[in-house]
Amino acid sequence: MIKLENMEFNGQQQAQTKTMAAAAVPTPDVAVRSQKREETVRAEAKDVNFFYGDFQALKNINIHVFDRRITALIGPSGCGKSTFLRTLNRMNDLIEGARVEGSITIDGQDVNAPGVDAADLRKRVGMVFQRPNPFPMSIFDNIAYGPRIHGEKNKKALGEIVERSLRQAALWDEVKDVQKRSALALSGGQQQRLCIARVLAVEPEVVLMDEPASALDPNSTYRIEELMTELKNDYTIVLVTHNMQQAARVSDYTGFFLRGEMKEFGATDKIFTTPEQKETEDYIRGRFG
Amino acid sequence: MSTKTPTRPPQSNLARRKRAERVFYALCLAATFTAVLLLVLLLYGVIRDGIGRLNWEFLQSFPSRFAHRAGIKAALYGTLWVISLTGLIAVPIGVAAAIYLEEYAQKNRLNAFIQMNIANLAGVPSVVYALLGLALFVRFFGFGRSVIAGALTMSLLILPTVIIATQEALRAVPSSLREASFGLGATRWQTIRLQVLPAAFGGIMTGIILSLSRAIGETAPLITIGALTFVTFVPRGPMDSFTALPIQIFNWASRPQQAFHEVAAAAILVLLAVLLVMNSIAIFLRQRQRRRLS
Repeated sequence: MIKLENMEFNGQQQAQTKTMAAAAVPTPDVAVRSQKREETVRAEAKDVNFFYGDFQALKNINIHVFDRRITALIGPSGCGKSTFLRTLNRMNDLIEGARVEGSITIDGQDVNAPGVDAADLRKRVGMVFQRPNPFPMSIFDNIAYGPRIHGEKNKKALGEIVERSLRQAALWDEVKDVQKRSALALSGGQQQRLCIARVLAVEPEVVLMDEPASALDPNSTYRIEELMTELKNDYTIVLVTHNMQQAARVSDYTGFFLRGEMKEFGATDKIFTTPEQKETEDYIRGRFG
Repeated sequence: MSTKTPTRPPQSNLARRKRAERVFYALCLAATFTAVLLLVLLLYGVIRDGIGRLNWEFLQSFPSRFAHRAGIKAALYGTLWVISLTGLIAVPIGVAAAIYLEEYAQKNRLNAFIQMNIANLAGVPSVVYALLGLALFVRFFGFGRSVIAGALTMSLLILPTVIIATQEALRAVPSSLREASFGLGATRWQTIRLQVLPAAFGGIMTGIILSLSRAIGETAPLITIGALTFVTFVPRGPMDSFTALPIQIFNWASRPQQAFHEVAAAAILVLLAVLLVMNSIAIFLRQRQRRRLS
């Protein structure tokens, strides 16, 4: 498994312009383990603090999100992993009294810089939510919603985008003949894949997934995971999950959050086999949380 | 560890609790029947008196000093004019204000103050609005005793309820819908126009229609601003003087002749029919909404 991935990495290296050694990752053990790997940093958080009013939800978060990898964020409820996810596309702007400190960059650009428009940022950093939230519209209109609000009017172009997105989300075969039907008539798992397709339709660079399978049955969960692995070829994915097996199965890197801090970050197989911190080990062994 | 302390078996008070249950049930049932019974009696009286006078000619005749010739054409047209204009004025302002308060406004003291005032304004008696309308629209703006003065006064009266009802409808839109839209890079206005308003449409319409229904039945504001009681023409524009159904009913009902009481009853039936139609529309829209979102 790891070997295959490494070969893949080497193949990609030529295409990468801005590369950096994983040695720059703050947690030293990652550097030791994967010093041969070279990864492109897509998003980076530096000393991020986050407050809901007086309550500090995130403390000094430092993390790298690598290009075309799945980064999983795990930790018990209320540990701040979802809050952190939402700082990446400024979804927290919508919450009154929320305040963020430190720098969060996507492709080197600070997302909180004065010139950055939140709507424009969210076009580049898409999001899939915990509960499938299709619009009360037809399947077609759900997917076409994003391109339309960004100004695409051409019917043919919209049709092509819808087909491509549905194919990418592995939903095309199931819905191609019923695109005019309400999206609410789909099953939960199909709805969630529709939501993923809807995000892909605006061609984001990074896709944030906030427990995308936690409201689904095991079979649908399996399909979503399969889809994530597939999407990794083209997209950078940050995945928040409660499900540790899921993190172990699909992710390349894992960050462990606890009480607003990131306790440990590193390659997933390292985190799940030989974690540095006692708390990480206790959590992944199921001793708490 | 587990030394057993002898416990008394819990005393059974089931019989007593069941009796309380039955008493409460009977009380609720009696309350419901009282309300329904009163309504039925009222309707019975009105229908008995008025049904004989209700025909096409009644709708198409102007008032007359002879009861058998009197009709409600002027009042019906006046009411329709006032309500239509009231809707045109109050709905855009009320909905826009609600959107501002619910979707845009920050939580600060000023907005909390505005919110509190709107809630209080909804409880102000209509005659107070009427006096304001008299001073402002009839006298200051010089609209006189016109349809537009009446509609503006009615708009003031129903604005708070339109705003509050719309706010509630907007609040009922699941936040997941907003998040989905924002998450795709939609602006606030796009999200409101394409997702929030369509989802809240049924609720907003219900609020508007119920508010307008209230305005239809209001008499005090129109009397205060000087709507006429004996009119033998239909208004041709917003600046014409007018009368309205409740005023006409009041006028007829306060006459001594029995024949005019029957005319009043017939006019009440027409007013009730208009209200019933409006409320049915509100219910229909709410049901359709519920089906759409489920």
